Amino acid sequence: MNWILDAYHTCAAHFPTLTMAVSLVLFPLLPLIIGVAMYVWWERKVIGWMHVRMGPNQIGPFGLVQTFADVFKLLLKEVVYPEKANKALFLLAPLWALVPAFAAWSVIPIASHAAWSDANAGLLLLLAMTSMGVYGIIIAGWASNSRYAMLGAMRSAAQVVSYEVAMGFSLVSVLILAGSLNLSDIVNAQAGSKGFFDWFAVPLLPMFLIYFISGVAETNRSPFDVAEGESEIVAGFHVEYSGAPFAVFFLTEYANMILISFLAPILFLGGWLSPLQGWITADVHWTVNWIWMGGWPWLFIKFFGFATAYLWFRATFPRYRYDQIMRLGWKVFIPITIVWVFVAGCMKYFGWVTAGA
Amino acid sequence: MTFPLICFYLFAAATTLAALAVILVRNPVHAALCLVLTFFSAACTWLLADAEFLAIVLVLVYVGAVMVLFLFVVMMLDVDLDPLREGFIRALPIGIIVALVMLAEMLALIGVRAMDMPAVPDPAAAAGISNTTWLASTLFSQYLLPFEVAALILTVAIIAAIPLTLRHRTGVRMQNPGKQVLVRPRDRLRIVKMAATKPAPATEEANTP
Repeated sequence: MNWILDAYHTCAAHFPTLTMAVSLVLFPLLPLIIGVAMYVWWERKVIGWMHVRMGPNQIGPFGLVQTFADVFKLLLKEVVYPEKANKALFLLAPLWALVPAFAAWSVIPIASHAAWSDANAGLLLLLAMTSMGVYGIIIAGWASNSRYAMLGAMRSAAQVVSYEVAMGFSLVSVLILAGSLNLSDIVNAQAGSKGFFDWFAVPLLPMFLIYFISGVAETNRSPFDVAEGESEIVAGFHVEYSGAPFAVFFLTEYANMILISFLAPILFLGGWLSPLQGWITADVHWTVNWIWMGGWPWLFIKFFGFATAYLWFRATFPRYRYDQIMRLGWKVFIPITIVWVFVAGCMKYFGWVTAGA
Repeated sequence: MTFPLICFYLFAAATTLAALAVILVRNPVHAALCLVLTFFSAACTWLLADAEFLAIVLVLVYVGAVMVLFLFVVMMLDVDLDPLREGFIRALPIGIIVALVMLAEMLALIGVRAMDMPAVPDPAAAAGISNTTWLASTLFSQYLLPFEVAALILTVAIIAAIPLTLRHRTGVRMQNPGKQVLVRPRDRLRIVKMAATKPAPATEEANTP
């Protein structure tokens, strides 16, 4: 192991900026990719249980290595290019989807100000990066030179742009109450002595629900997965993809789901704060103190809840019809969010909700 | 040559090359994607100048929303650009003259402004707050009225765009998704109480073999 450290130190001595940049990029990505693999396994397991099946159970203990086996199978498969496909864009599309999904992770904090980039405009950066991801889908649909893929891309583009408006408004109400765009400051603004009543999910309950539903729609997941609706347009935008490019699309979708599942608790459920905050102040032992003092395990517990809710939706809800999705976004969510932004402004102005009591 | 300076030159070169590619590539979809690259690298140069809010909003609004819809339309139209380019050489002299006049005007404007106003230090850095905070407090206090007027004009433009494109076609059968999702089981399904079926009475043949 020593030679790895030696090589790292040599690199750090000669190219400090480059080494710094590469390690800053690699450290969050490796856990994320492994997290995606575990999440795929969990999805298949949970949906299996909901269908009264076993789920993956052959490869590794409890089928845990199943996803890795699938990934290696995909990587070794031949990449088929459709005839008259635009080859450069065909290969660029999965990367264009993947890079913003990973870049958005730079501002996610797991404890107070413990993020790769503690940017002041973190929330804006997140919005910008998640809105970039739709290009991957559109370009994939166009470059495949396939009608089904094109239809999927069109649906996805319209859906993501529509739901981004509702999502943006719900984020506006959060930043009105928090008074900051920095994600750590937003979580710290939900600290207080009234337990989970200090979290933004209480004054912003409709926005919280709208945010998560829009997040499901924005990641093109069931029941809003019309972009790849198997029963209508085969597999939508990635119908022509096989092998490694398909694996990249798969990775992007799950990385985005994990991102939304992390953001929902950070913005509305107090991130790493404990639901018992302020009620118990005993100092017992550091291994149990986090239960009432707050700490990163809480963030991961809340994340796990949302991540599992994604799978629950997929196993229970039938797919929405496309015009009903559009109606829900434009005629239901956007009016509610506009009204609630005003309500949030009143809450802040009259001091009904105080940030970081 | 510091690292930020090298980055600036790289981003500036990318912006310029991408902007050139927008007008030079033959495929309209490629041109739209080059425009996306232009916006994105311009945002990167702005980030280097500490204008983080403007940079991210450029990506969010233009790259994330406007260009998506633009690309949407370009892909749907499937334009053949070759007939459009036929008059390119004939129109070239006029184009060059217009471009030169615009360049001269821009240089004159920037030159006059530079003589008029000495470069002030970054007001956000001077106030010790982030660029976004400074911009927000300035916009919503000092320039509130122009800001509100701009918002009003945009709202009017949005509302005006709707009646311009809204057509009521007759003889079209439309669905009402609002009504459809509000439907309850009892609207579609009627549960009828019926007497339990009795066993069929024994026939004469069965009784008398």
